[in-house]
Amino acid sequence: MKVIKNIGLVIFLAGLSIFTAVVFVGTFKLEQSTFDEYVKNNNIKSELFIDAINKDVVGKEFNGMFALSPVIAQALETANAQHIKNKEWGKRIFSKPRDMAAALGKPAGSGFITNNKGIMWLLTFGLGILGALMFILPNVILLGRKGIKNNGIYLESATNRGWIAWLVFIFLVSFYLVLYFAPQYAVNWTYLVDPISKTLSGNPAGHWFVYGFMYCTVMTVMAVRMYIKYRHNMYQVVRTTSVLFFQIVFAFLIPELMGRLQGSYNKGYDFKNAFPLDYDFFFSWNLKELIDGGGLGLFILVWGIVLTLVIVPVMVYFFGKRWYCSWVCGCGGLAETLGDPYRQHSSKSLFSWKVERWLIHAVLVFAILMTAMTLYGFFAETRTVLGIKVQAVMNTYSLLIGAVFAGVIGTGFYPIFGNRVWCRFGCPLAAYLGFVQRFKSRFRITTNGGQCISCGNCSTYCEQGIDVRAYAQKGENIIRSSCVGCGVCSAVCPRGVLKLENGPEAGRINPTQVLLGNDVDLMDLVNNK
Amino acid sequence: MEHIVIIGNGISGVAAARHIRKLSDKRITIISAETDHFFSRTALMYIYMGHMKYEHTKPYEDWFWKKNRIELKNAFVQTVDHQNNQLVFADGSTMSYDKLILAVGSKPNKFGWPGQDLDGVQGLYAKQDVDLMEQYAPNNKVCKRAVIVGGGLIGIEMAEMFHSRNIPVTFLVREESFWNGVLPDGESGMINREIERNHIDLRLSTNLVEILADENGKARAVTTDKGDTIECDIVGLTPGVSPNIDFLKESGIELGRGIKVNRHLETNIPNIYAIGDCAEQHEPIGNRRPIEAVWYTGRMMGETVAQTICGNRLEYKPGHWFNSAKFFDIEYQTYGWVFSTRACPDCDANFHWIHKDDDKCITVAFNKDTKEFVGINTFGIRMRHEIFDRWLTEKRDVNYVMEHLKDANFDPEFYSQYEKEIVSQFNAENGTNIQVKKKSWKRIFSNA
Ligand SMILES: Cc1cc2nc3c(=O)[nH]c(=O)nc-3n(C[C@H](O)[C@H](O)[C@H](O)COP(=O)(O)OP(=O)(O)OC[C@H]3O[C@@H](n4cnc5c(N)ncnc54)[C@H](O)[C@@H]3O)c2cc1C
Ligand code: SF4
Repeated sequence: MKVIKNIGLVIFLAGLSIFTAVVFVGTFKLEQSTFDEYVKNNNIKSELFIDAINKDVVGKEFNGMFALSPVIAQALETANAQHIKNKEWGKRIFSKPRDMAAALGKPAGSGFITNNKGIMWLLTFGLGILGALMFILPNVILLGRKGIKNNGIYLESATNRGWIAWLVFIFLVSFYLVLYFAPQYAVNWTYLVDPISKTLSGNPAGHWFVYGFMYCTVMTVMAVRMYIKYRHNMYQVVRTTSVLFFQIVFAFLIPELMGRLQGSYNKGYDFKNAFPLDYDFFFSWNLKELIDGGGLGLFILVWGIVLTLVIVPVMVYFFGKRWYCSWVCGCGGLAETLGDPYRQHSSKSLFSWKVERWLIHAVLVFAILMTAMTLYGFFAETRTVLGIKVQAVMNTYSLLIGAVFAGVIGTGFYPIFGNRVWCRFGCPLAAYLGFVQRFKSRFRITTNGGQCISCGNCSTYCEQGIDVRAYAQKGENIIRSSCVGCGVCSAVCPRGVLKLENGPEAGRINPTQVLLGNDVDLMDLVNNK
Repeated sequence: MEHIVIIGNGISGVAAARHIRKLSDKRITIISAETDHFFSRTALMYIYMGHMKYEHTKPYEDWFWKKNRIELKNAFVQTVDHQNNQLVFADGSTMSYDKLILAVGSKPNKFGWPGQDLDGVQGLYAKQDVDLMEQYAPNNKVCKRAVIVGGGLIGIEMAEMFHSRNIPVTFLVREESFWNGVLPDGESGMINREIERNHIDLRLSTNLVEILADENGKARAVTTDKGDTIECDIVGLTPGVSPNIDFLKESGIELGRGIKVNRHLETNIPNIYAIGDCAEQHEPIGNRRPIEAVWYTGRMMGETVAQTICGNRLEYKPGHWFNSAKFFDIEYQTYGWVFSTRACPDCDANFHWIHKDDDKCITVAFNKDTKEFVGINTFGIRMRHEIFDRWLTEKRDVNYVMEHLKDANFDPEFYSQYEKEIVSQFNAENGTNIQVKKKSWKRIFSNA
């Protein structure tokens, strides 16, 4: 079994290495006809740029995007600079250099990778999946009998912030940096999944498709790990299935298939992604597209509003915010699968809790103010509100919160700060759900009388950094806005002290008298002074 | 300002300190020679198993003590000089007190076995014991086999610890079935099988004779009264604990097995109290033992003595008995009194149900004549403390308990439920026709 596991690891690392190496290789040759078509379709008016590309790029062979990308970027920047100098506003190109490089690079690919997409898929994704499964499946036997087996978590480099964890950290952060800030280098990856993208939406894959596909793959493989690890715990099994289903069907398949729609609205939409997590829902360009998008567009507009204003809070009232955060949400889904081995790294200190409350509410305020500005801008048909450029605010949010916080830090920092950094410190939707959960909900984690032995397993494995034990050892129920209801505290508790449940609101906070075992008279005294 | 000194930073001493602080402004000092800060002894096993680090076992962050003006001192108290209200430390320095709380806990028993003080022979009680295990049994290369002597809760925890590092374990148990002085036979049998399912070499009705040393004075094997010699690299001695009172022998404080206290947790010396594992009641309370070495009672005694010290002299009045433990993957909870077949062959009727998977069972004890419910043991099914506490107070009969068993279920959502199966067996055995009622929040909360 150990041998299978080790072979699996080698295969997985081989797949990962090829996947990484792919970034640096490949032959790119932009054909004249392809470029002409691009110019036409995108209505490019800058003859400076067209000339430069015709001269320096078209017909020439480049080795890897690292060779091609700077040339295109250079051409674009020089052309734009000249147009600005000449005040030729109409000729300016608004694409970012990196996006232009990616757009021209994609059709320019030639050579082994583009000609053998299937094989390349097998050598990267295929080996990765196979290796990971070979690494994970033997756990059915190796972990021993079913039950909580957190053995060795703090003895192993990967899960104890050792060098493996730091390598994973570097890899994840680099991956997100490419994704958000250098997509031109992901062009080779897009070829690997082109066939799948064509089957689904009919379009070639972009880097976001790579990400979406990879997200689903990673979640599926790591869900297998969850199923094995928590095979004694039906709550975990059901929850993992739910979160996987919503990711694959709602976040991935439906939006891709929507690309095939013939109607006036054929952009992908993730029906479960609620504002303000879906922070650009009320951006004016999105509103315009929805309003102009015929029946479907209008339906999505209404759905999005109802989802946030009615469905989300009502569901939180009945089930707690877990229904979203650990049963439906994609960010939560990744955290609960890929992130599960790192859940113990969330800081439990009071200090972190203070930081958490400041940060997450600040992001919520930021999101709401920004949305107010965009809505005002939309209806008043103005680009500045109170002297501030709406576009600048939107860009800042997208960069700082959308990309850096949610992506780079949110996932990249898993191995170091735990798997819910974004959900705990940043997600504005979580903050909103948290208010409802804290003040108007039937959900609670019930503490089982005086049975707590203060061992600390619950706190250690709380991914949201809640010091569960602090409540449990006093016999208090746990009612915290940040709790996502993953159920792991209850799973790891060796004394059966914790139960996630939905019940009447009366008695939710300090139900009846806190029972620690002492005679009731004493409990009176202990409680009422 | 009155100075309260507490010897022992375990659960009982810390519970006392916290409650004294809540109730008063007195100066409080906690002394311990074990660790600087309070940690959870019950979690020691998880440090070795790698579930947690020592840091995680501390229930309060390190700033807590200063903020609550609880002074901490890491030192060993050599003697208590009550005539001068003074403690003498190992280094000769002294500290005076106005009131002294002894919360000094227990130490592992040793029964004079030959070789019991060799290197590689140890109990499991203190933080230092885990460090020793790490030294003598870091993995199954250094430690080819571990032998554990003594079939109680700490013994089985030690077995699980070694097992988590794939170290083969031989488990010597004096009794003919694991922990059958406490558990009824059906349950004890199930735990025997659980131990064996985890590949522990369980040897029942077997006593340790001698621990043999190698040339370096380290344990290398044990011999048993069955004539076997078992090679091993570490020996865990876990035949129970007894109060840690050696340093009090000459103090004039009345001692028995533990520190003798009355119902107010007062010793024979005014202004000296004893709580937790080390306290011994003159008269047992109800069915309880005079020395109760469990976490919960330590906490309760700490809460009680704090009231007394802050001017509200209170009796220690524990409510209904409860406890819990975990045997490998099987959780155990108990409420009220269920006696082992050995301890009480015919005092109450026991209804026993066991699931076909052999990993869940319950035993419900009730009075044969009056049918009054007196206690339940539950394995592999979590149950609500408050519900059973209430049923015991209300002196419900066993039929009522069976009928409302779903109210007591505390398993996570989506778990299979067994109440129907349990009750139909109960009906068959007792000629009753009880229908299980649906869980009712109203009943669960009806206490207030
Ligand atoms: C491995 C293990 C697992 C356990 N699991 C459970 C469980 O699951 N459930 C349960 O209910 N109970 C359990 N127990 C029992 C429970 O931990 C004890 O009952 C409880 O910790 C006792 O607390 P205490 O405050 O009385 O004493 P202790 O926690 O023993 O604290 C006494 C402290 O006083 C210090 N001290 C003693 N003498 C001196 C001196 N002269 N000078 C300075 N310091 C001194 C000691 O070093 C020690 O730190 C377990 C015990 C062990 C060892
Ligand atoms: S895991 Fe259970 S026993 Fe341990 S501290 Fe948490 S609630 Fe208490």
